[in-house]
Amino acid sequence: MNDDRAGDALALAEAALAEALREGVTEAEALVMAEDSALTRFANSEIHQNVAESNSVVNLRVVIGKRVGVASTGRTDPEGLRRLAENAAAIAGVVEELEDWGGLPAPSETSPVAAGYSASTAGASPEFRADAVRAVIAAADAAGVTAYGSFATGLESTAVANSKGVRVAGTRTTSQLITVSMGPAGGTGYAEEAAVDASTIDAADIGREAADKARATANAVAIEPGDYPVVLEEYAVVDLLDMLGYLGFSALAVQEERSFVEPGKRIGSEVVTIRDDGRDPAGLPLWFDYEGVAKQRVELIERGVCCGVVHDAQTAARAGVTSTGHGLPAPNPYGPFPLNMIMEPGTSTRDELIGGLDRGLLVTRFHYTNPVHPKLALVTGMTRDGTFLVEGGRVIGPVKNLRYTQSYLAALAGTTAVGRERRTLRGFLGGVVVPAVRIDNWTFTGGTEH
Amino acid sequence: MRDLTDRALDTAAARGAAYADVRVVRRRDESVTIKTGRVEGVASGESEGFGVRVLVDGAWGFASSYRLTVAEADRVAAEAVRIARASATALRQPTRLDDRPAAHGRYETPLQEDPFEVPLETKIADLLAADQIVAGVKGIAFTESSYAAQREWKTFAATDGSLTEQVITHVGAGVEANAVDGDEHQRRSYPDSGGGWQAGGYECIRGLNLRERAEPLADEAVALLTAPQCPSGQFTVILDPSQLYLQVHESCGHPSELDRVFGTEASYAGTSFLTTDKLDEGFRYGSDLIDIVADATSPGGMGTFGWDDEGVAAQAVPLVQNGIFVGYLTSRETAPRIGRRSGGAMRADGWNRIPLIRMTNINLLPKPGMSLDEIVADTDDGLYLASNRSWSIDDRRLNFQFATEVAYEVKSGRKGRLFKNPTYTGITYEFWRSCDAVGDERSYVMLGTPNCGKGEPGQTGHIGHAVPGARFRNVQVGVGKW
Repeated sequence: MNDDRAGDALALAEAALAEALREGVTEAEALVMAEDSALTRFANSEIHQNVAESNSVVNLRVVIGKRVGVASTGRTDPEGLRRLAENAAAIAGVVEELEDWGGLPAPSETSPVAAGYSASTAGASPEFRADAVRAVIAAADAAGVTAYGSFATGLESTAVANSKGVRVAGTRTTSQLITVSMGPAGGTGYAEEAAVDASTIDAADIGREAADKARATANAVAIEPGDYPVVLEEYAVVDLLDMLGYLGFSALAVQEERSFVEPGKRIGSEVVTIRDDGRDPAGLPLWFDYEGVAKQRVELIERGVCCGVVHDAQTAARAGVTSTGHGLPAPNPYGPFPLNMIMEPGTSTRDELIGGLDRGLLVTRFHYTNPVHPKLALVTGMTRDGTFLVEGGRVIGPVKNLRYTQSYLAALAGTTAVGRERRTLRGFLGGVVVPAVRIDNWTFTGGTEH
Repeated sequence: MRDLTDRALDTAAARGAAYADVRVVRRRDESVTIKTGRVEGVASGESEGFGVRVLVDGAWGFASSYRLTVAEADRVAAEAVRIARASATALRQPTRLDDRPAAHGRYETPLQEDPFEVPLETKIADLLAADQIVAGVKGIAFTESSYAAQREWKTFAATDGSLTEQVITHVGAGVEANAVDGDEHQRRSYPDSGGGWQAGGYECIRGLNLRERAEPLADEAVALLTAPQCPSGQFTVILDPSQLYLQVHESCGHPSELDRVFGTEASYAGTSFLTTDKLDEGFRYGSDLIDIVADATSPGGMGTFGWDDEGVAAQAVPLVQNGIFVGYLTSRETAPRIGRRSGGAMRADGWNRIPLIRMTNINLLPKPGMSLDEIVADTDDGLYLASNRSWSIDDRRLNFQFATEVAYEVKSGRKGRLFKNPTYTGITYEFWRSCDAVGDERSYVMLGTPNCGKGEPGQTGHIGHAVPGARFRNVQVGVGKW
């Protein structure tokens, strides 16, 4: 753990908090998010974009009575912090009271997750990333395909200090390598890996996986849209979890009556268990939220039955419970969000998942998904980078991409088997850990030319 | 500021950059969010920093920092050169830039009423008044209304002697009514579902007349709860500007980005069906009525500026003329590859991102003849679709599917009953070829989206779209199971 960096962030948060309290406010909270990140991007089997960033943002939330104002700045000098406090206080001075304001959170017991930090990722150089990219390209060259993708490494320090005594800070690292291979005759393939420690990512292996799939999807044929049973690879399952988290597992969504979640209601089959756990080392750990509250493990779906939702301080106050540590930076009209969703593995091998399809489709990943009817979790999107027809439990060959319009709740209910292997991948906002799944029906509603 | 930009460029050149540019950007923003008649969040923010982009041995490097000091300029420029040298270890085609003239001057968004000078109390009161009307309608479960403004001060300098200063101001506001009954959730929003953004001052917000539109909007959201499901089948469809702008965005704007065509977005957003052979052959993109232009000079558009983020002057670039595909959104790097000069479409999301080819204002030009109302009157049997609810399109921008908030039945030239949950789908060029009516100047409005995503690391773009409404024949309406 890089204590100096986290300590610097906390000192900055405390300085901003002190400026806020000098404005005579009732409550105040300073959040510091500092990052040093870099990303090497490649296309047509060469590096074409290569960037690095050093950034720091101070977010200040102040409360006068029950009136809340929020301001942020990238200026971290004393004058910048003084202006920040003035701006936040000025806003709080003119807004209406929030009648159900529950107050800033009190201190909670937090302890760092050592597995959330890697010195090798923190020190990742442009040359390190270029080495990995060349390994991906070499795998593509060997297979006669062309490589596209990106390799990102990042060091993030977060600190929260508030007037109720919260003082938390931590530094974590993340990395992600993704690649799309494109081959002759229209074949495309995808592979991805995310990790705390970038040096654990086997770039050549990722490159080979995508290249092999690009070869296997050449000369895809069109099939009729309709209802098919499917096996979704891990890259596709990420979208299910992300979308369900966005649409339903936020306490604010429940409070605003736009969520499908009802505690005790069965929405999935017996083989579906999903939780959020910011401390699980299998994911990309994050052990406190942006309000400085320790992250709790929250069971979202237990053997198909809705259990809990995630809370921030405000939704928790409304519900008369304590925050689960899922707050995002204020102001936050979207409410709390499960950032570290984890799906329990099953017992099936990949071959067994595919072997259970009499006639169905194997889907590598989804593209450009969007809710059509949020409360029904009805979502549309396209398949991409590897869709295959399966007959008699065997992969027959590649098919052209299809559009689907599918209820993700129906997909959970129709999940018949779960893979025993899982991957750590990046979701909307955080790390997710997912297996492949088999689902008894998926509604494809259109096709395209590739 | 000149100290910092000069130092960054000098350091980059001294370390081997054949070309370098630096952008210093300060961004200020503020937002008001109101939910169900109460102020839920008010925030202001500022961000400042600089980014240095270098070309070394034909390879790109970029580094950026929030520390605005000369010493940091040295460090960042040196880091950018180091990154470019790492890029060169996996380079197959060295980058060549077109020879645009050096850029000099200043541009500022024209506005009448500085949104940051309008008292915050006034902005809150204006929005709250509209939101409370919506929230007060029986059957409304919750509302969400928003106001936001953003201003960027941007200095661009390059080793070719370019130096420009720009001040760009964008504002937006909108109201949204939500009605819920069991599993049914219906929404109506105004002026569009993207937040009503334009380039300009607070006069744009006043011009929206949010209060006047609030009650009918809420009534319609409630009525949708009991409206019949939109029928499925092949229909004549009239798209309101509040939906048509996103149709243009997704199915013309993005596929016209030449970087996508060359594969440099393949691993994230995808590529494009508008390959360069289609430019050469004069591909029929749409019917004869379709004229689409990328115009960075359009008044009020969020894609309007003086120069793009590599110093190319704002211009209007035809993309589709009389239905024929004729041009791309281009950069200094990509344009020479098709024998053209940059059309000035490189835009970056702040100081810490590189410029990418982005849409400017992608406008579907009006056609003299019928207003949108007259197009409705000219339609015997069809559906009128308004306000986007969801969107999706494949990775080559061919198969699209949109949902709108509402459909109105059109019979014998009149808009009639409401249908809920409308969706429509198609293949881009087949859809645009089916267009048989485009509205005239009377229904031509500037809209836009403030959240266009592209690139890795992710960038959010502010894009303008002026559109008049249009009619399409034989459109597949209704997909999925409800």
